[in-house]
Amino acid sequence: MSAPFEFFLLLAGVFCLLVFASLVAELLRARTDPEAPSPVIENLVARINAWWFMVAFLSIAMIFGRTGVVILFGLLSFAAMREFLTLTAKSRADHYALAAAFFIVLPFQYYLIWVDWYGLYSIFIPVYAFLFLPIISVLRGEIENFMTRVSETQWGLMICVFAASHVPALIMLDIPGYEGKSILLIAFLVVVVQGSDVLQYVFGKLFGRHRIAPLLSPSKTWEGFLGGVISASFLGAGLWWLTPFAIWQAFLIAMMISILGFLGGLVMSAMKRDKGIKDWGHLIAGHGGFIDRLDSVVFSAPIFFHVTRYFWNVG
Amino acid sequence: MNKILLDLAAKITANAIVLFARMVTAVRAIWDGIEPIAKKRVYFGNHTSNGDFILIWTVLPLHMRKRTRPVAASDYWLDSKVKAFLGRHAINAVLIDRNPETRTEDPVTQMAEALDEGSSLIIFPEGTRNVSDQPLLPFKTGLYHLAKARPDVDLVPVWIENLNRVMPKGEIFPIPLLCTIRFGEAMHVKPKETKEKFLARSHAALLALKENGDQS
Repeated sequence: MSAPFEFFLLLAGVFCLLVFASLVAELLRARTDPEAPSPVIENLVARINAWWFMVAFLSIAMIFGRTGVVILFGLLSFAAMREFLTLTAKSRADHYALAAAFFIVLPFQYYLIWVDWYGLYSIFIPVYAFLFLPIISVLRGEIENFMTRVSETQWGLMICVFAASHVPALIMLDIPGYEGKSILLIAFLVVVVQGSDVLQYVFGKLFGRHRIAPLLSPSKTWEGFLGGVISASFLGAGLWWLTPFAIWQAFLIAMMISILGFLGGLVMSAMKRDKGIKDWGHLIAGHGGFIDRLDSVVFSAPIFFHVTRYFWNVG
Repeated sequence: MNKILLDLAAKITANAIVLFARMVTAVRAIWDGIEPIAKKRVYFGNHTSNGDFILIWTVLPLHMRKRTRPVAASDYWLDSKVKAFLGRHAINAVLIDRNPETRTEDPVTQMAEALDEGSSLIIFPEGTRNVSDQPLLPFKTGLYHLAKARPDVDLVPVWIENLNRVMPKGEIFPIPLLCTIRFGEAMHVKPKETKEKFLARSHAALLALKENGDQS
């Protein structure tokens, strides 16, 4: 039990927001014909319900502090990588390499985060997994598609494990005047990046006219992007009291997080198009898979971590 | 007392197997032409892995799972005490002898009896695990004889997607990947249908399910 007071203040705010969203969605639903339910509204209700669960899981993990958040993100990485590697190229010869990715690399990366061994967790997957997993595969002697197989596996580890593990790593930052509160950086990151996703969706639905990347994602528009990023930047500025940042710094960092999140969504969309799928998975009703919800987080978390560490951390 | 303990152990083991299957595969059922209702059925699927029937079992609602028994080879399941406990009690398989020389009971009769007792069945008409490059091996004749013996029972094709990657033949531990189970429309043997025609038709029905999955 180690969450600071500000965390509960934020949680109360998020709770009110979700109650409001659920009420609006139910009102919209009540106004439609029960014989012919609108798919858009049903999807909205499913999304909001999933949000309740996601907020509940994250809050419980955060109340348990470092250990809780490390375990939660370890499980999220597992679920995300299960989705990612379902779609990548692999052969029977990769069985041990894939097993090592799941059962050795993933837990060890999170163990390194937990013991706060910055020097090793920053290079473990980009150096050691990168070099050793292809060695495991090559020893079984199957050369067909070799380069595709090893690259796609490495991508899965980088996205689903390495990048995602930078979220719990935020807790270990040591910032003067901010002792014991670093867990709030996670709250700030998650609220801004997910808030930006929701705001982009809302602005896109209300004002979207001009498609930003018609080949990649027909639902992303300039109006949604600009409205979402600008409003999420103000949201971040308004949450400056969670962070060690000044208001203007919080504004700029929130803008950076939102833009990275948006671009991360585009990259992951390109991968989905390439593999011919619409969603990464099916486990989060209304949202798709875990990667569909995490894509913007994984692209912003490492950069947010390093920017904060470079300018604020003393360690 | 022993019986109660045995039943309890069997129940716990069965639930543990199902939970493990869900963690590894996050398996999803798609009911593509039939509903998950408690009706007496013979589910026939493609066979690529030892875990095939477990996945079908996992996605069935509990009340249906309790009354659904996989048909399995007794030479495999009775060769050790642990496997015998799993096969006889936890899974409650209908164990048939694949060897015509040694067997004392006719497999089709055994399956028909299990159906008469009210159970549904899971069978793999390819007869063995498919490790070839073809998506589906030719069917053995058991499905036809069973369909003839109990012509009113629904025969439901079931396509199992991806499990061969999770646990290829010869590997001892699984890697976690998403799997899908697709249930197709029920079929029956027609009054004057020949064995060859029926086997070709059921084979095609199962392959058509795979195509449905590849397109969506």
